Amino acid sequence: MEATAHTAHTQQKTWGGGNEPLGANYGKLMMWFFIVSDALTFSGFLAAYGFSRFKFIETWPLPDEVFTHFPFLHGVAAPMYYVALMTFILIFSSVTMVLAVDAGHQMNKKKVTFYMFLTIIGGLIFVGSQAWEWKNFIKGEYGAVETKGGSLLQFVDDTGKRVALADFAVDLPEERAELTRSRSTWFQSGSSLPSYSLAEVQAGFKAHPNIRVRTEVLYKDDAAAKADKSIDHSLTKHKHKTILTREASEQFLANGAIVVEGANLVRNEYGSKLFADFFFFITGFHGFHVFSGVIINFIIFLNVLLGTYEKRRNYEMVEKVGLYWHFVDLVWVFVFTFFYLV
Amino acid sequence: MAHEHVSNTKRIWLVFGILSVVTTVEVILGIIKPESLHMTNFLSMNLLNWIFIILTIFKAYYIIWAFMHLEGETASLRWSVVAPVVFLVLYLLFILLVEADYVFEVFKRSTIKWNF
Repeated sequence: MEATAHTAHTQQKTWGGGNEPLGANYGKLMMWFFIVSDALTFSGFLAAYGFSRFKFIETWPLPDEVFTHFPFLHGVAAPMYYVALMTFILIFSSVTMVLAVDAGHQMNKKKVTFYMFLTIIGGLIFVGSQAWEWKNFIKGEYGAVETKGGSLLQFVDDTGKRVALADFAVDLPEERAELTRSRSTWFQSGSSLPSYSLAEVQAGFKAHPNIRVRTEVLYKDDAAAKADKSIDHSLTKHKHKTILTREASEQFLANGAIVVEGANLVRNEYGSKLFADFFFFITGFHGFHVFSGVIINFIIFLNVLLGTYEKRRNYEMVEKVGLYWHFVDLVWVFVFTFFYLV
Repeated sequence: MAHEHVSNTKRIWLVFGILSVVTTVEVILGIIKPESLHMTNFLSMNLLNWIFIILTIFKAYYIIWAFMHLEGETASLRWSVVAPVVFLVLYLLFILLVEADYVFEVFKRSTIKWNF
């Protein structure tokens, strides 16, 4: 309706410039089209994540077993609470942003300043939270063993509860030297050594008869799985990771190759190697967006303080950065769903 | 329409309320994982995941329409932003997810074993 009215009004000079067929000026339009292209970029990442997940659908890590940390609640499993909190922080900073835009429409400099300030604070808290989340992810909690074939073995006790390597591995009198530049030629260096060697984990396993190996495979409650003698059927539940019998555990562990603690881009203790790669890449790329959003918001905030937009008699710049900021929130809504919920 | 100078504060807080409630519901469902939803499959995905995805799109709608104020833009701008994204994302998802499922089946039925 209004679009037709608009064109009718400017029909005389359609090609003469100065009219806005989409009812938005250049800057705002370009922000919208930047957002469209950025949305497609993120969709590409999330679709690639979906690809890998469907490809390894039976062995993908369960997110509620990975993200269980909450500040000041050490050792308490609190799945999802922390990301939920992060989500609320980001949604709330989106609300303060839209309130700043709203105040800008009314040329209320004081309110714009206040709400922009809150938005920036919210953004900083979110980036900080993400850094904390990364720290926990990189550090890991339980540790695992990677086999020669590249699959991952985690450890549980005879009630099916996760056990950390530190809880059962023994200390063997052995020398393990980290490969550093000083011990070799200057261009060689190895990754830092895990707290326990494979031999120590294997010896600890032998010394503790209650330890079982948990594989990456999601247990499916069907006839074929029920007939499998290597699975401990009393501990394994449908749609949970498969726990092996003691005998099978020993066989699997004998095939171990590397002790894995925490996560890096090559391997991680949570399961599929791609899981950590996607986690770092997608949340990292989103975190980078939040970070640059905070910086852009801060620049606009300074301009608001200086009265630039007061002199211009419009606060449209606030609206434009607002669009970007809401987009960052929008992406997080999807990352939250596909990384933590689904 | 795009530049009306009346305050929208009430609607903003209402949308914030909707987004918060939906997020809370998602988190509660994610923690409880009700058996009846988690174990029932629909189109090769369980109902719980479908609920999460639908709620996410519901939230996305409110963020884009109310916060980014696309509801106040001209219909032509709305369509030129929404249509390409929706079309391309559906297309991409269809191709990648179907392909991934195929690769999964190939690995499952072939002699290649992942778990040594």
